[in-house]
Amino acid sequence: MKTAYRTAVHDALRDALRDDPRVLLMGEDVGRYGGTYAASKGLLEEFGPDRVRDTPLSELGFVGIGIGAALNGLRPIVEVMTVNFSLLALDQIVNTAAALRHMSGGQFSVPLVVRMATGAGRQLAAQHSHSLEPWYAHIPGIKVVAPATVEDAYGMLGPALADPDPVVIFEHVQLYNTSADIETLVPTDICRAAVRRGGTDVTVVTYGGSLPKALDAANELSLAGIDCEVIDLRVLRPLDDDTILESVRKTHRVVVVDEAWRTGSLAAEITARVTEGAFYDLDAPVCRVCSAEVPMPYAKHLEQAALPQTPKIVAAVQSLFGERP
Amino acid sequence: MIEFTMPSLGADMDEGTLDQWLIKPGDKVTRGQVVAVVETAKAAVEVECWQEGTVGELLVPVGETVQVGTPLATLLEPGERAQKPSGRRPHKPQPAARGAAKPTTTPAAPAPPVGAPPAAPGHRRWVSPAARRLAEHLKVDLDAVAGTGPQGAVTINDVEHAAAATPPPAPAAKAPAGKTAAERAAERGAQMRQAIAAAMSRSKREIPHYYLADEIVLESALSWLTTRNAERSIDERILPAVLLLKAVGVAAQRFPEFNGFWRDDGFQPATGVHVGVGISLRGGGLVAPAIHDVPDKKVTELMDDLTDLVARARAGSLRSSEMSDPTITVTNLGDQGVDTVFGVIYPPQVALVGFGRPARRVRVIDEGIRIVSTVQATLAADHRASDGHRGALFLTAINELLGQPDLLEK
Repeated sequence: MKTAYRTAVHDALRDALRDDPRVLLMGEDVGRYGGTYAASKGLLEEFGPDRVRDTPLSELGFVGIGIGAALNGLRPIVEVMTVNFSLLALDQIVNTAAALRHMSGGQFSVPLVVRMATGAGRQLAAQHSHSLEPWYAHIPGIKVVAPATVEDAYGMLGPALADPDPVVIFEHVQLYNTSADIETLVPTDICRAAVRRGGTDVTVVTYGGSLPKALDAANELSLAGIDCEVIDLRVLRPLDDDTILESVRKTHRVVVVDEAWRTGSLAAEITARVTEGAFYDLDAPVCRVCSAEVPMPYAKHLEQAALPQTPKIVAAVQSLFGERP
Repeated sequence: MIEFTMPSLGADMDEGTLDQWLIKPGDKVTRGQVVAVVETAKAAVEVECWQEGTVGELLVPVGETVQVGTPLATLLEPGERAQKPSGRRPHKPQPAARGAAKPTTTPAAPAPPVGAPPAAPGHRRWVSPAARRLAEHLKVDLDAVAGTGPQGAVTINDVEHAAAATPPPAPAAKAPAGKTAAERAAERGAQMRQAIAAAMSRSKREIPHYYLADEIVLESALSWLTTRNAERSIDERILPAVLLLKAVGVAAQRFPEFNGFWRDDGFQPATGVHVGVGISLRGGGLVAPAIHDVPDKKVTELMDDLTDLVARARAGSLRSSEMSDPTITVTNLGDQGVDTVFGVIYPPQVALVGFGRPARRVRVIDEGIRIVSTVQATLAADHRASDGHRGALFLTAINELLGQPDLLEK
């Protein structure tokens, strides 16, 4: 049976609310409207306004409420409409949620889950379309995950709620409509990267909304005789170096696909770790495919041109092979 | 500004490795000064500079292998002011950045954002870290590996191909620093074999050889030598080989079509007579460096030159002019016991004179049977440059000169 990513997110929320009375969901439009991306449709009706709460348009306020709820024993899931808006709550997430365990000498923990949509591709322009995951991945004290598959859309929420520290979940807007044949959705993990496609010639490291593009590129390249291994990071903090380095030692070539801007990006971090950990295994420079360094354009053709796309990934991979004999 | 380039130290030399700089920027260089040591397939050669000036910039670092003709250093002519260093490094042209030019499956795809900048003209050879490590492991000489990777870099694949093409016990590799002397000697031996193979194949492929032989009675030459040597201390004594060399040199001066080079479909007579002397090396192989201006030197000078040349050839420290200048070659296999040697011309030279073993032989002389010392002289000559008739006269001239050793003394 086909299951959509959106449905998987919904089912994960529903199962969490059902299985643990401490869990609550709050955010802008999560209740009556059913969620900006319809991920919480019907949950208000099923669990009532104590468990599923619409909030005012104040990220600073409702993320702070979530932290307070977590400190007091609840397991809140706070939805922020997009990562762009989450900047209003950075103080809560970075200065409070991430730091409180350390600032309190371990007396307090903040078992908070913050979900937010990220990424471009829906003509939502510079107000709603950026990929700021690398900023969050920079912060010690939180975990940052990016489910890119239907399985993870369902499976990562449970472990995130079980984690005693804040976990930020990034759901790429282009993924909600994707689907997969899945019998039963089960919890996964929030610690390892996953090899989504095995290969021997080049490692393509990516995450979130770029994973389908990378897999398309890998299929296309296989016709040209280039066997790509595609790694889905899944967890952006802490990074699973072992999976990446093990792959690089096998393939000797790396392309990092990251929808964020190249400068100071996760792609930059992964490049650095590859050169630190596998320099003598590299047979070509590490290559990055990132978004153009502009605020995301509204015009469709410009937006598409600014984003990493399958042809760009194909070209980047080919550039690592020179004259292939 | 003068460019001092990697000299060709023989027809079989395509490239050389800079072993040692004997000058540094700011040094004054005089004509003929030995300025560097270059390692060729055959030997480490002291390279002379034939221009005067002040050293501006050294362009090639020690250990680097470059093609013949590559600028090695710049010299400032007297009075010229130093410019700031160009930073230019000579190199084989690198292929342009391939990533950008490569057609992609989707024409709309822009050039990929490869992290590395496009190939700059002055970078060191690009070898991927993994390829470098693999080359070390497989003992593959990276200088001999062509790069097919991004921007022309040498990749794992290139090294593996090179390793597969090279049978392990016979490394065609140059000796990078860090090898033992024995390894370097073995490698040089293998390289020399290849260099000789290349030159001799070219010779037999291109040069229509003709061969003449003549028996030379050495009685007067040897008795003349005995007399002269009696006046000298042991270490000043002249060997018969020197008289043979001198005779060839003087004869070559008289028959210029045997002294020079066949180049560009034409014969170019040489201005001086520089006789290449075939010297077999202890490790195997041979070199034929020149003794310069043989007809103009006294036999005593030639003796000194020959002693010096043999010693330095065997020590592997010849000079560039000695390697590149021979205009005719003499090979002497008498010591090995053969009566006659038919030589192969060393291109682009056009003649080679061979001498066999001098021996006491029964001959008819002046209608009487006598026992005399004779030697078989042969001429291998390039029929494009000369004909047998002239060749016969040339050999005869050598014979006659050896019959009148006084003419050779000067």
